Amino acid sequence: MPWARIAAAAFLAAICLLAMPAGAATPPRLGFSELYVTRSAIDIGFSDKVKALAGHDVAIKGYMAPPLKAEARFFVLTREPMAVCPFCSSDADWPMDIIVVYLADSAAPTDPNRPIVARGRLETGSWIDPDTGFVSQLRLRDASFTAE
Amino acid sequence: MRIRTALFGLATAGILFAGHSAHAQTIYPIDRASFLAGTRFDFKVEFTGVVDQSATKVTINGRDAAAVLGGTVDYIAREDGQDASSLLIRGATLPQPGSYTIAAEGPGQSRTVTWDVYGTPSTPRVKNVILFIGDGMSVAHVTAARILSRQLVEGKYRGRLAIDDFPYNSMVGTSGVDSVATDSANSAHAYTTGHKSSVNALGVYASRAKDNLAHPRVETIAELLKRTTTKSVGVVTNTEIEDATPASMVAHTRRRSDYNVIVDQFLALKPDVMMGGGASNFVPKSAPGSRRTDEEDYLAKFREAGYAVAATAEELNAAAARPETRRLLGLFHPRNMDGALDRKILKGSTVKQYPNQPDLTEQVKAGIDVLSRNPEGFFMMVESGLIDKATHPLDWERAVYDTIMLDNAVKVAVDWAGNREDTLIIVIPDHAHGISIIGTIDDDLPGTEMREKVGVYDKARFPNYPAPNAEGYPEKVDVSRRLAVFVNNYPDYYETFRPKLDATNVPAIQGPDKKYVANEKYKSVAGAMFREGILPRDADQGVHSADDVVARGWGPGSEMLRGFIDNTYVFRIIATNLALGPAK
Repeated sequence: MPWARIAAAAFLAAICLLAMPAGAATPPRLGFSELYVTRSAIDIGFSDKVKALAGHDVAIKGYMAPPLKAEARFFVLTREPMAVCPFCSSDADWPMDIIVVYLADSAAPTDPNRPIVARGRLETGSWIDPDTGFVSQLRLRDASFTAE
Repeated sequence: MRIRTALFGLATAGILFAGHSAHAQTIYPIDRASFLAGTRFDFKVEFTGVVDQSATKVTINGRDAAAVLGGTVDYIAREDGQDASSLLIRGATLPQPGSYTIAAEGPGQSRTVTWDVYGTPSTPRVKNVILFIGDGMSVAHVTAARILSRQLVEGKYRGRLAIDDFPYNSMVGTSGVDSVATDSANSAHAYTTGHKSSVNALGVYASRAKDNLAHPRVETIAELLKRTTTKSVGVVTNTEIEDATPASMVAHTRRRSDYNVIVDQFLALKPDVMMGGGASNFVPKSAPGSRRTDEEDYLAKFREAGYAVAATAEELNAAAARPETRRLLGLFHPRNMDGALDRKILKGSTVKQYPNQPDLTEQVKAGIDVLSRNPEGFFMMVESGLIDKATHPLDWERAVYDTIMLDNAVKVAVDWAGNREDTLIIVIPDHAHGISIIGTIDDDLPGTEMREKVGVYDKARFPNYPAPNAEGYPEKVDVSRRLAVFVNNYPDYYETFRPKLDATNVPAIQGPDKKYVANEKYKSVAGAMFREGILPRDADQGVHSADDVVARGWGPGSEMLRGFIDNTYVFRIIATNLALGPAK
């Protein structure tokens, strides 16, 4: 077995162990820099860590961007506080490294200047929000959040 | 409900009405439109209220409109369910230059507009046209670019920018049909169609249609060239290729954010060269990073159409060097590419993820290499688009480095055109920003507050950036005495009086109530000062200004750039020098 494959297998095993509910309140952390592997602009994949954690609860620190439309049932978690293109009013102008967060229970938006930690079940792959048409590649389902 | 009628009969079926009400229906193209004879456009009359077609009369210079314009008449009794009727003729054309008076009448309503339809000389002055657009490039950007890249000593520069030696200049008005200050969609549309439209619109007049794609279309320069000539067409940018300025070459939509539609319209027209960011809308939704809503694979479609596809600078240069390459698609970033300051000096923003993005100079060289293989000539648009995208969030350093990059890219084109005497080069902004240089910020001036460090008049002296490198870039921006550049309109934000070294500035962020508040990321920067905004609280950043912009021309035909011109006149300059219309 090539060393690279052995290393990858060991990495995945370690991640899966992290994802185990040893202490259910402490899901593994996922960072914004760990989401994608960017081999080129047209060759982008989910990271091994994202692939390993898909379907499991994770915690991610970021900033809450308010939904673009009132009927949205999600918010967008971003690496840094951000503004949105004034003309786009769509998913056209968001950076790639965002995570859409669907909360288990409704919650009031927080201060956009304060980081939060969102926790939820990591879902990967393209999804079009039925209410808004917003396209996402990474989501947290049944999520909650707390102030950092 | 739509009723199709024959080409004739509008005037004969119409009824002459005595007396005209104050209700004036709308006619597209609009009053005082000035456009090229032989180009295609959609003609639309929007009547007030529901009007039976038999009660209408539409004439052009006294003749039945449909007979004059050609095309198919579509009479829409209730447009999009509204209590209003419209007459629409798609694909109309006026082959003869001249002055046209269009009169539309319905019960109790009438409207008259005039069009100036111009021709061109029968013999072209040039074979090639290269249109450089500095998005949002205002006078201060150019001045700051000259100070940083050519050095200012005792009030005189040690050198000149490439654009400083362009022999012809013009002031350009950029306002739109709907407002004094416009956006990059509408302003680029003016250059690429010769018509003036509204904020957000590309290749269409903004009518009352509900569907973004149903508005009356006008032909773009790229479509005209592909339909009537054998020239090649190039679209080169460092923003997303779907963004407003490059999209204006091919797109017809009321909303510039229709990225998937725009990608499809690029494929339909097939410009020979396309380069930029925006790869996310070319890959199917199942690909991580995709922004599509379907499984369409546009990379595959472009490859099937004969395009070489490049995703890095190395791939671009290799593809352009291959003599057989005639079609080239370069996509170097999933979103906007990174600018010169990040790529070359700071290594900030997303440079670490995408370290192999080409410089605009490489893109222009590759574009010319491929396009010039066509002996019939080419038209290439080149946009330095991040000048605008950095100035919006009050990040002048990034904007100015990309102005220097634009100048370097212009030099590539001028060096190529050399003594050919067959290439017209225009360098032009699409609109301005409210940006100005007022002196320096000198950390060594006395005082505890940063505002005391703002050197004005003689206290400013000159900035102490290091001498520029071979490409004209100072390799350090956070110097102790730097230019004091401010944008005159802003939301609430923290002024740090310093460059942002990690990534582009984000002055304000949206609160829960949709109102923008100052981004506190910068609150802790030493000396940061809160500035209460002067813009509405739903504005997240600085906005475009309506100031005139400066156009610069080089090569045969550039003498048409003089005095003040409307932005639609730029299309006329291009069409005239390529002789794209019927003889005058």
